[in-house]
Amino acid sequence: MSFLNYLINGISLGSVYAIIALGYTMVYGIAKMLNFAHGDVIMVGGFVVFTMSTRMGLSPVLSVLVSIVICTLLGMTIERIAYKPLRNATSLAVLITAIGVSYFLQNLALIIFGSDIKLFTSVVKVKPLVIADGQITITGETIVTILACMIIMTVLTLFIKKTKAGQAMLAVSEDKGAAELMGVNVNATISLTFAIGSGLAAIAGVLLCSAYPSLNPYTGSMPGIKAFVAAVFGGIGSIPGALIGGILLGVIESLSKSYISSQMADAIVFSVLIIVLLVKPTGLLGKKISEKV
Amino acid sequence: MKKITSMLLAVVLGATLLCGCGGAADTSATGTTDDTATESTAADNSSASTGATFKIGGIGPITGGAAVYGNAVKNGAQIAIDEINAAGGINGAQIEYKFEDDEHDAEKAVNAYNTLKDWNMQLLMGTVTSAPCVAVSEKTKEDNIFQLTPSGTSVPCTQYDNAFRVCFSDPLQGTASAKYIGMNNLSSKLAVIYDSSDVYSSGIYETFAKEAANQPFEIVAAEAFTADNKTDFTTQLQKAKDAGADLVFLPIYYQEATLILSQADTMGYKPTFFGCDGLDGILGVENFDNSLAEGVMLLTPFAADAKDDATVNFVTKYKEQFGGDIPNQFAADAYDAIYIMKAAIEKAGCTPDMDASAICDAVKGAMTQISVDGLTGAGMSWTADGEVNKDPKAVVIKDGVYVAMD
Repeated sequence: MSFLNYLINGISLGSVYAIIALGYTMVYGIAKMLNFAHGDVIMVGGFVVFTMSTRMGLSPVLSVLVSIVICTLLGMTIERIAYKPLRNATSLAVLITAIGVSYFLQNLALIIFGSDIKLFTSVVKVKPLVIADGQITITGETIVTILACMIIMTVLTLFIKKTKAGQAMLAVSEDKGAAELMGVNVNATISLTFAIGSGLAAIAGVLLCSAYPSLNPYTGSMPGIKAFVAAVFGGIGSIPGALIGGILLGVIESLSKSYISSQMADAIVFSVLIIVLLVKPTGLLGKKISEKV
Repeated sequence: MKKITSMLLAVVLGATLLCGCGGAADTSATGTTDDTATESTAADNSSASTGATFKIGGIGPITGGAAVYGNAVKNGAQIAIDEINAAGGINGAQIEYKFEDDEHDAEKAVNAYNTLKDWNMQLLMGTVTSAPCVAVSEKTKEDNIFQLTPSGTSVPCTQYDNAFRVCFSDPLQGTASAKYIGMNNLSSKLAVIYDSSDVYSSGIYETFAKEAANQPFEIVAAEAFTADNKTDFTTQLQKAKDAGADLVFLPIYYQEATLILSQADTMGYKPTFFGCDGLDGILGVENFDNSLAEGVMLLTPFAADAKDDATVNFVTKYKEQFGGDIPNQFAADAYDAIYIMKAAIEKAGCTPDMDASAICDAVKGAMTQISVDGLTGAGMSWTADGEVNKDPKAVVIKDGVYVAMD
């Protein structure tokens, strides 16, 4: 029975990693850049909902919608100011810029909200699922997070496969130059990718803060890195891979905490990552694209 | 593949950078300065001629972010000095008292120390906060001046033989907590959740585990977390629950404790939670449901609502003199510090005409022989390495306020 409990704890944790990883992998898959500020956009999303629903008492649904809008705009602004001028620079330069943006957002939040932690009121009103006479509880947050992951995954996959904008994204991800020659507006497509990625970050932020309700300017940074690991684990660029990677990461973390050592949990998680990458360098569901010369 | 490898390397680099700024948990106070009515009292007896009085200096932050602590110490000591002077002083000599501001800054603390030295200070009560205290302890060692810190908890504050402290050191809180839990039979099986990446938390855990061997309870689960992994505690709590722990010891800061309390509540796990001074502040977290903290116990040397005569007398005087403020544990530590100095000076038979170095040599020997009853403990005694022996005291949170435990 306790094994099941540990497993469910792992799935809850993993579902949060997964929903963050979806945003990471989406932006990487299309724009081929690691948006390290993703975790901090999540934090901004959390703070927007906190300010609106907890401090100002507005309805949670409205706050989440506003948060999605604000994060989408924020993502597009970041892309326009910090990444677009570096479109032709090396990927390392963009990566460093992303780390810079990440610090900028953290420090901005530090100035506005201070370093004290805030307790976030969960916006999820779903009742926990209690089975086996109360020995096992699945929280409402976990149920909603997993459902949200599934829905987002399906919608994203359909969007990329079925719509014109989605096809343009695919084209840009395969070859920017050729896509441009074929009449695809590359800049607008990448902007749209960031907009969607940041909108997803807002949803991830709300669910992260609902499941683990402490909010401070660094809330997004560590889950962001773990989610990045999850995305690499599942195969970066692959949308179902992000989901599987996230949940597996959470489960491995929880089981190693409970059966091996709570101190060593992170070391074990990262060892598993190294082993997976040694055996399958593209991650679990990653595709190997051979470049033609 | 190459690209991914190089990116991963960069990621690791980025991660190390990010980790560095993540866990800045700190119990530093918010910046309220309430030093009304304290400025004038410092130099009351300055007219007394040199040689006929003991000159005690004090250092602490009375402005800036940690001002709450410094002002409490300054005021608490003032009450003790007024009482002693009114009752005839130490060995018949009055006390002169001067308090200098260090703004919780090591460099400013050394400047404050030099100012006090120019004033011919004979004994130092301070400093209030740990980092400045360590810096000043280098100076007092050099000059051989006796130093007694009311509240510097970090270990190196008393690294030299001329320095002592009134409070428990950080790791000694672990010993004290184990003794308290054992003495009061709070638990037979307990669990510990601590931060293995933080020296304060792991230090307390180590001394706690050592002392637990002599106590009538058993540690059934000792679970760690790290600064990089401090949002999900359900696994640690589940292990504690499965092991049948009826008390969970939390030698951590209140930021993580709020999450632990709410996750335990969601799980339906209701043990007693017991923490050290790091939990102080838990009731002030924005939007925290204080009912979750109901019944949480904290190891703290002083509760202002205790009913014994000494505490009632101190609290009444403090409120009268300092605009209705209720004294905190820092004020009580400082009040005790002055009485401890008095006891040690009397034991050593010092006279005010001795120089600071001679007083230091005599008093530091006397410190290990005295026993003092104070607000923060009865029968306090000291070891030569500056640590105090006293019975630990705790408070419990009831209806959203700290209440003294019987």
